[in-house]
Amino acid sequence: MSDNNTQQQGNAVQTTGHAWDGDLQEFNNPLPRWWIWTFYATIIFSLGYWIIYPTWPYANTFTKGVGNTITFQNDAGEEVTTHWNTRSLLIKDMQTGEEATKQKAYLEKVNAASYEEILSDPDMMAFANSMAKVVFADNCAACHGPGGDLPEQAFGLYPNIADDAWLWGGTTAEIEQTITHGRNGYMPAFGKNLDDEKLEQLANYVLGISGHSVETDKAAAGEKIFQGQEGGCYYCHGADGTGLKSQGAANLTDAVWTVANVPGAVKEEDKVAAVKRVIKNGVSRQMPLWKSRLGEEQIKLLTLYVHELGGGK
Amino acid sequence: MKFRFAHESIEINAGLLIALTLVVISIGGLVEIVPLFYIDETIEEVEGVRPYTPLEQTGRDIYVREGCYTCHSQMIRPFRDELLRYGHYSLAAESQYDHPFQWGSKRTGPDLARVGEKYSNEWHVQHLEAPRSVVPGSIMPNYPWLSETALNTSDIEGKLRALKMVGVPYSDTDEEYQANVERFGEDAAKMLDIHTAEENLIAQAQAGNYDGDRSNLTEMDAIVAYLQLLGSLVDFSKYDEGYFAEFR
Ligand code: HEC
Ligand code: HEC
Ligand code: HEC
Repeated sequence: MSDNNTQQQGNAVQTTGHAWDGDLQEFNNPLPRWWIWTFYATIIFSLGYWIIYPTWPYANTFTKGVGNTITFQNDAGEEVTTHWNTRSLLIKDMQTGEEATKQKAYLEKVNAASYEEILSDPDMMAFANSMAKVVFADNCAACHGPGGDLPEQAFGLYPNIADDAWLWGGTTAEIEQTITHGRNGYMPAFGKNLDDEKLEQLANYVLGISGHSVETDKAAAGEKIFQGQEGGCYYCHGADGTGLKSQGAANLTDAVWTVANVPGAVKEEDKVAAVKRVIKNGVSRQMPLWKSRLGEEQIKLLTLYVHELGGGK
Repeated sequence: MKFRFAHESIEINAGLLIALTLVVISIGGLVEIVPLFYIDETIEEVEGVRPYTPLEQTGRDIYVREGCYTCHSQMIRPFRDELLRYGHYSLAAESQYDHPFQWGSKRTGPDLARVGEKYSNEWHVQHLEAPRSVVPGSIMPNYPWLSETALNTSDIEGKLRALKMVGVPYSDTDEEYQANVERFGEDAAKMLDIHTAEENLIAQAQAGNYDGDRSNLTEMDAIVAYLQLLGSLVDFSKYDEGYFAEFR
């Protein structure tokens, strides 16, 4: 440090002429040449920029830029030319940009093809999957989990759509309907009409028809409520308990649970309690509709993606 | 030599230095800000945009209070990748009643300008109370107190009056009410009436049942009502894309 100081003082460096505390001086080194020239260059650049791009406000408008226009097509197919602005630039980019046109070519193919045709064409499926994955992550993953794999904590709130069991149906037409128009999964709460004993009996019956070992006399009593007017469960879940797709009523005979957290329960009595809770409190879940947010092609791609997630049914 | 002398006289005179600094800075400020008061051709003429209802405005105040804007912007920019992710770019008209606006470029979380109607109310409640219970990798903080804190509805009249002073057309007199009926329709105009603000706030919260619990009004009701509105007022299918470029 001190060496450095003496060395500099040895050179004849210009100072500002100020002196504080007797000997404290301020160097007045010129700025490096490259810096100065770059600085002048930016000023000249800005002059050009002012002329070519919209910049200066005046009165109640602004300068629009000279010789710098953008031409695009409006909905009616007419050519429209405007001064340079980011909105026109975006429209043009969507119409003629390299990425956009590449994507559009695929989207048009997807649009024209039927679900069966796309499903049997590996090239189109590869495109559908890669694009749908992104759309799914942006719009669906917050509820259904990344890649349709539901996080454990969200069990019961949202259905797992990566499995093979469908509430509203797993054909492409049914999935498309689900995504386009949304769904309301609704089951009334039976806590008011049925006492605890009856809920217990029903839970035993429901667990029984999906292959769990249960107390048979309770299950038999539960069956009567399930199939009779008192419970009326058969009305939505079907007499055989396999569910009703038009109502989004779950299949109770498979080992897949969407609301009642049976898989998370270890002991038999906890499983009964989980099922009881659902019958007591009912279910009200809402799948939003997407037709106002996503385009037809996007919904089609998502349908294919979800269809494949569920193993294709 | 002369120049150096003048320079020194500024540098050693703090008062003069401050005064001249202010002059130089305000030139930039004036050139950038003043024209904004005159250029109104950049605000798009679109149907549907209206001031916030008392409940939504209350939710908005909670949004600002909690600092949600430190991670979330509300401004979708006119680029292809933003369009694909979030939807139509934001219009100036859509934030014309925002004081202060929530634009910004700091996006720790996603842009929220079009989050309205994207998710269910239940999802918002769950996500605000405990984001990681629905989005495992989320770094958004928990806001459990929103569901526990009773909604303060008593100061809404004052808030609307303050906003009216800066130009938001909440109605105080009969004429203003009639003007709102013409401009926004009868249902909306009722919601913008300052005198019935508290009633309307409570009624909307109860009817909407945003937090899933009708027994009491909480801050969660208000913030979810606000989030569900964001970006949903303009029906873009009614407009030719080129139309919006005319306002640039
Ligand atoms: C706000 C949360 C939420 C978002 C976001 C969401 N869903 Fe759903 N989704 C649900 C709920 C809840 C259900 C179950 C409805 C029911 O209980 O019947 C559901 C059901 C479904 C089903 C039917 C499952 C079945 O078993 O029949 C499909 C398919 C589906 N969603 C796909 C999607 C896609 C694709 C997206 C993105 C565009 C999406 N969801 C976004 C909440 C959501
Ligand atoms: C109005 C139609 C309806 C009636 C009546 C009804 N349910 Fe349901 N139930 C549903 C629907 C819909 C679901 C799926 C909810 C969802 O996915 O959002 C369901 C789900 C269930 C589940 C959870 C299944 C799972 O996979 O987690 C059980 C258990 C159940 N119901 C039992 C019953 C019993 C017992 C009764 C009679 C007391 C009954 N339900 C009556 C419509 C009904
Ligand atoms: C520390 C930064 C941070 C703060 C503060 C924050 N968030 Fe978030 N937010 C995130 C991140 C990161 C995500 C994306 C992951 C997720 O969905 O949780 C997110 C997601 C969201 C989403 C879902 C957006 C979508 O389209 O999926 C909403 C809605 C939201 N936040 C609302 C809020 C509200 C309301 C507040 C204030 C009460 C808030 N956030 C405060 C970081 C933050």
